[in-house]
Amino acid sequence: MKLNDEERSMLAGEQGPFRRWAIDHQIKVGSYLGAPDFVPIVQAHIMADTESLGLAGVEWLERWAGLPAVQRRVRVPTITDPRGTDFAASARIKHQSWMLDLERRAVAAFESFGVLMTNTCINYQTIMPPVRGEHAAYGDTGVVIYSNSVCGARSNFEGGPSALSAGLTGRTPRYGFHLDERRQATLVVEVRQTPSELSDWGALGGLVGRLAGDYWQVPALVGIDRVPSSDEMKHFGAALASFGSVALFHLVGITPEAARGGDVIPSQQRLRRHVVTAADIRALQDGYCRQIDAVDLVVFSAPQLSLMEMSRVADLLDGRRATIPLLAITSPQVKPDADRMGLTGRIEAAGGTVLSGMCFYQSYAREMAEANGWKRLATNSAKLTNIIGGYGYKPALLSMEACVDVACAGGRLVQ
Amino acid sequence: MTEKIFYAAAAMGEKVRGPALVAKDGFSARYDLDRIRGVFSRPEHKLAGQSYLGRILVLDVAKGGVATAWMLYDMMARHMMPAALVLNAVNPIMVQGAALAGTTLISGFDCDITEAIPEGATVEIDPAAQRPYVKLIEPGT
Repeated sequence: MKLNDEERSMLAGEQGPFRRWAIDHQIKVGSYLGAPDFVPIVQAHIMADTESLGLAGVEWLERWAGLPAVQRRVRVPTITDPRGTDFAASARIKHQSWMLDLERRAVAAFESFGVLMTNTCINYQTIMPPVRGEHAAYGDTGVVIYSNSVCGARSNFEGGPSALSAGLTGRTPRYGFHLDERRQATLVVEVRQTPSELSDWGALGGLVGRLAGDYWQVPALVGIDRVPSSDEMKHFGAALASFGSVALFHLVGITPEAARGGDVIPSQQRLRRHVVTAADIRALQDGYCRQIDAVDLVVFSAPQLSLMEMSRVADLLDGRRATIPLLAITSPQVKPDADRMGLTGRIEAAGGTVLSGMCFYQSYAREMAEANGWKRLATNSAKLTNIIGGYGYKPALLSMEACVDVACAGGRLVQ
Repeated sequence: MTEKIFYAAAAMGEKVRGPALVAKDGFSARYDLDRIRGVFSRPEHKLAGQSYLGRILVLDVAKGGVATAWMLYDMMARHMMPAALVLNAVNPIMVQGAALAGTTLISGFDCDITEAIPEGATVEIDPAAQRPYVKLIEPGT
């Protein structure tokens, strides 16, 4: 990679060992992926729950935290993805003291780096949405795909070490979705029926993700007959990124880089084309539901809920009683509004539990299952259904309304 | 037998040799593994229930989210790692994770590497060679 004077200075250790490690890590990654040089960034966003970090990762962070401030602090605004617990409610989900201790240690390390502990995966709805053309280093697949596709920003998937590196150096290797040529569509998907429920949008994202196949594919969707809401885009993108590891999509006539099909669909190439029907969406959902006839809990999470989603959960629960655990997980930015507006109180009065700053699958899901006796869950998040099987759960993908119905019917699934 | 060599577009890490664990399926440390027990735990994965410890994983594409970037480091520290990762296609997360953990990663072949390497075969990976390669030493099943 071509380096400028500043980058050579960091690599030579003139700005301390932490920045030397960071730029060296970025050069390794950039060289592997063909980056010619670096691009300055405006924001970084770090995924670093302690279930992922493990003890080794936390100890690694702590080693750097002992450096002088001038050597350890980030150079661009750097924020965080959900943590591994909600400290205020950890007992309610039976998180153990060792988990909380590990979380506290990780938080202390990040704070010493000057990282802003936002603990959210919906920062594009709550913190500072990126502007079209801005380069960033986002560390949550849902954040990356939304920022790239809906906002027109430019980021690759930046795992925790790389997002931290980007915060420290203020730049990231210029490859992948920082480049114009990588942002053109590589496949076209014709959608025969525009989804309505959030779970349908997620299922559509899952189907397109399976069709896309890998990170370097960019699906362009045609046939969406209205502008989706931010929450619909959120569930679609999160599932697409999860099922397909995809980082960018275009909705022709809707998303900013695809005002016309010709803007993103190269005229000189014959791209592979697929069709997705309403029956395909139902089939994906039914495929999960067929595995089980009852659930132990309902989870609204992955991504964290917006204020509008919190409001809808509260509305659906009014006058009813959840007789199995129902978790509604939101961001630390939405939670105070939900408290102030009475949404938290209404959800919890109906038997639900509101959590913030965490996400279900990032918060010791396997240990929660063992401690609480949870094996089967219902959710309206296609992303969560795709992930949670690896943690030993059997998931059902239902609409938000159906999830609440199930929670109020003792967990029995109505086919 | 005649050794077969498969050249790759990119690689990193140390030269390794070992038994291959092969499947035409994706790979994500968070989605697919029980990292405590060292087995594939995702029920739909073609290697579900199998141990990956000490095996050279030969799989199709890097899947899933960003957690693998941290998880490989922790797995390495706990000696719960595969010996190396061989993939048809990577995503940035797999590269970032391998870079932090210092594990061997190689990807980008002219053929489908999951078809070219038999299950159980002994293979050698040399990331530092002028052209990084996977060499089939002994056939498996």
